Amino acid sequence: MDAAVTDDLAHERTEDIEIRLLLDALYYRYHYDFRDYAMASIKRRLRQGRQQLGFASFSAMQDALMRDPDMLPRLLGFLTVQVSEMFRDPSYFRAIREKVVPHLRTYPSLKVWIAGCSAGEELYSMVILFREEGLEERTLFYATDINQEALRAADTGIFSLDRIPLFTENHRKSGGRHSLSEYYHAAYGRASFDKSLRRKVVFSDHSLVTDAVFGEMHLISCRNVLIYFNRSAQDRALGLFEGSLVRKGFLGLGAKESLRFSSQAGSFVDFVREEKIYQRSAQ
Amino acid sequence: MTARSEAVVIGASAGALEALSAILPQLPAGFRLPIMVVVHVPADKQSVLAELFQNKCLVEVREAEDKEPITGGTVYFAPPDYHLLVEMDRTLSLSSDEPVLFSRPSIDVLFESAADAYGSALIAIVLTGANQDGAHGLSTVVDLGGTALVQNPDEAFASAMPEAAIVLCPDAQVMSLSAIAEYLREV
Ligand SMILES: C[S@@+](CC[C@H](N)C(=O)[O-])C[C@H]1O[C@@H](n2cnc3c(N)ncnc32)[C@H](O)[C@@H]1O
Repeated sequence: MDAAVTDDLAHERTEDIEIRLLLDALYYRYHYDFRDYAMASIKRRLRQGRQQLGFASFSAMQDALMRDPDMLPRLLGFLTVQVSEMFRDPSYFRAIREKVVPHLRTYPSLKVWIAGCSAGEELYSMVILFREEGLEERTLFYATDINQEALRAADTGIFSLDRIPLFTENHRKSGGRHSLSEYYHAAYGRASFDKSLRRKVVFSDHSLVTDAVFGEMHLISCRNVLIYFNRSAQDRALGLFEGSLVRKGFLGLGAKESLRFSSQAGSFVDFVREEKIYQRSAQ
Repeated sequence: MTARSEAVVIGASAGALEALSAILPQLPAGFRLPIMVVVHVPADKQSVLAELFQNKCLVEVREAEDKEPITGGTVYFAPPDYHLLVEMDRTLSLSSDEPVLFSRPSIDVLFESAADAYGSALIAIVLTGANQDGAHGLSTVVDLGGTALVQNPDEAFASAMPEAAIVLCPDAQVMSLSAIAEYLREV
């Protein structure tokens, strides 16, 4: 191996150590735990963050983080991925509407948990679906995330107007019974979703990595969150879901998430296999 | 070569199908290395790549799944609309992070994460394409001691991508598709 290569490898190792220390610091100082996330993607986004925030090294970034709490939300902006859409993967929402809703109708009251709700895209999709299916009145929705800024945005229900054509198309493909435009008011380049949609919603700051079970849910929809975890954090979160679901309660995951490589696979059975909708086992 | 190769990553865009058809079906049954492939495909197109190549290849071909352990002798295609990454423990992961250079999956994202995981034991190959994706990733692979192969731009369906890769990695070996296939058969 020539010297340049050895240097690069040494540098690489140094960076890995620094990232580990930075994540430790984040945990011990602020109790945000990213140590069990899928590291390849975290590393990539941290490198971006370091460059954009103008730090020469992760050690320098760690130093700033320890002393300056204002660094926290900026770092969280890089560590959490906020990519989302209303009615993302319309076939998922169609399956909820056509296959899960008939079971939910048999309960006099319902609890639904949208875990990792980002700025509310998935939450509003679900509330609209429940309204269209006549279940909204008997349902309480819990919307949780670790990103406070996202939670605040979700609570306002405002989305940029240029995202609405996609949301409208997705809603239609998901089997929407009305036009999406009935649920928002457009002005000044923004779409404000009707505040009545939030009447039955409780927002809260909750981490699937560090917080506890969440009460007797009939449906948990947690999409495109577990994909950012490593296997052990995934297993923990799935354990949390098992503990939070009523018997035969439903769990919906993202299109590319599955229980296949999880030690929790035995706690759930396939309900709509191709849409990654599972049901808590009866025992 | 500084280390015994342990994995191959390939990136291709416009003209990918033809280029990959000149390489993947040439690999013998019992081929030792895993191969991770990013092809730029429209997000809404249900990916048929894995299926298509399965029928033409002697090695196993599949679409990559999140958290899947990597096994030798298998070709993994990135699913449309997701980045494909390699973790340090040599499992695959997917992410729906923002597109990079307008691409998701991104060749750079795959190459950079694979370079981290495999270092000098990685072979990275940039094929035909009409953009610049892969050039940065390839230079990371080279920086970490890996092997860089680039399809000869003169023979590529679209030359921009291999040309960009050569500009950033002047030491990359520029090869015809048949030479690349030959190279892989011999590793
Ligand atoms: C890619 S978004 C997914 C949004 C939405 N569920 C969807 O599928 O479109 C991932 C969300 O998970 C949140 N998140 C990340 N880590 C989390 C954790 N430990 N607990 C709860 N939410 C988390 C992020 O803040 C982000 O809002």
